[in-house]
Amino acid sequence: MMMSDAEKKMKAAAKKLFAEGTADVVVGFREGSRPNSSRPYFARNEADCEKFVWDKYCRANLAAFLPALFEKPARPKEGYKPPRIAVIAKGCDGRSILGLVKEHQVACENVVIIAMPCEGMVSLSSTGKEETARACAECVCPVVQGADLVVPGTAKKPAKADYARVKKFEAKPFAERWKIFEREISKCIRCNACREACPNCYCKVCFADQRRPAWLSPANGLSDTIAYHMVRMFHQAGRCVECDACVNACPMGIDLRLFTQKLAADALALFGSAPGVSDDKVPPLYTFSQDDSEAFITDPEEK
Amino acid sequence: MRRSTLTKPSQTYEPTIVAFLCNWCSYAGADLAGVSRMQYPANVRVIRVPCSGRVDPLYIIKALQEGADGVLVSGCHPGDCHYISGNLVARRKFAMLKNFLTYLGIEPERVQFSWVSASEGGRFAALIERVVADVKKLGPRTIAMKKRAAMQIA
Repeated sequence: MMMSDAEKKMKAAAKKLFAEGTADVVVGFREGSRPNSSRPYFARNEADCEKFVWDKYCRANLAAFLPALFEKPARPKEGYKPPRIAVIAKGCDGRSILGLVKEHQVACENVVIIAMPCEGMVSLSSTGKEETARACAECVCPVVQGADLVVPGTAKKPAKADYARVKKFEAKPFAERWKIFEREISKCIRCNACREACPNCYCKVCFADQRRPAWLSPANGLSDTIAYHMVRMFHQAGRCVECDACVNACPMGIDLRLFTQKLAADALALFGSAPGVSDDKVPPLYTFSQDDSEAFITDPEEK
Repeated sequence: MRRSTLTKPSQTYEPTIVAFLCNWCSYAGADLAGVSRMQYPANVRVIRVPCSGRVDPLYIIKALQEGADGVLVSGCHPGDCHYISGNLVARRKFAMLKNFLTYLGIEPERVQFSWVSASEGGRFAALIERVVADVKKLGPRTIAMKKRAAMQIA
């Protein structure tokens, strides 16, 4: 079985956390309800840790569960303390956790990151064949940096961030780009799975669900759906770690990555920021530099 | 908001521009253009905001969705923001937003950003001339707009 040594060490590390009383919950993966799938699992004691698996189906981004786990109850009991949570993290999970720490959604001292040697996960191609997921093929950070515990093993080599697909799309004429975007988004059924799967989407009331003012209808009109995706994706600007949790969650197979990658490419090109990889202390759009480019500004007095 | 569509072949296309102007600089600059009787195209609908940094990308996208042919955001010059750094944070946001909208296929001339100070009435007028000319050249949009069942407001 692939990666069984890492799996053994992972289970041992998780059990040790419970034995030492260092963690209240360990988040990882267990066998899925369908063949050839794995699903997230919350172990709450040593015995639960036996259910953990580590294989090529462990695709989900586990950091998505953290903001809810750390949410302070509305009426905290006397002596409430945030839980101590350990996460069995791939590189992308770790990047997301570090991003959440930066945004103060997760208490750094209450999280234990168990870094796994990720060799890349698989997804099903259009013909039903298993292939390396696109996000994994292009992953720049297969193993979390600065983790608390590291499970030894061979991870895949980090790819170079060249964003070739973004550049190819940018070469197309405007009308064609819009047509492709509209075509992809027209598949959307507004199930909000992309939002639920994304670790960065932790707003208590999403802008799309807001009433007074009601920016968008929850119904599936194309115009509102396009606006929903434009805004939701832009909310990831400078924050997206390109884990493709949104792409994997989408039941309609929308190629969200084609658009979200542009944001990641820009964050790197304009501000040198790759969340969870570069060492910025705050997300790039939370701050500014005196030298930020003004190339896009319209100067009416310029000839 | 008036929909700008051709109703008769003889009518020229007049774009609708929504302009978010910061209260302390650009809005005052626009006001100065007005009291100085400077002539500039009447295609602009102004929305006053306290600071250019207050402009959420959501508003720009909604304006486009609701029928605006172009959107302008104007604030204080960097270094002169009434709230010290609002426009500086906005500068990064707008740079990424403009790139993203262009990437999706919305022509860059449709969404423009500028700095106009309270004393620059002439600059404001020139800015509107420039933005209206740019958007007019592009013609009416084909981007999905909200379908309005109600009759057009004249």
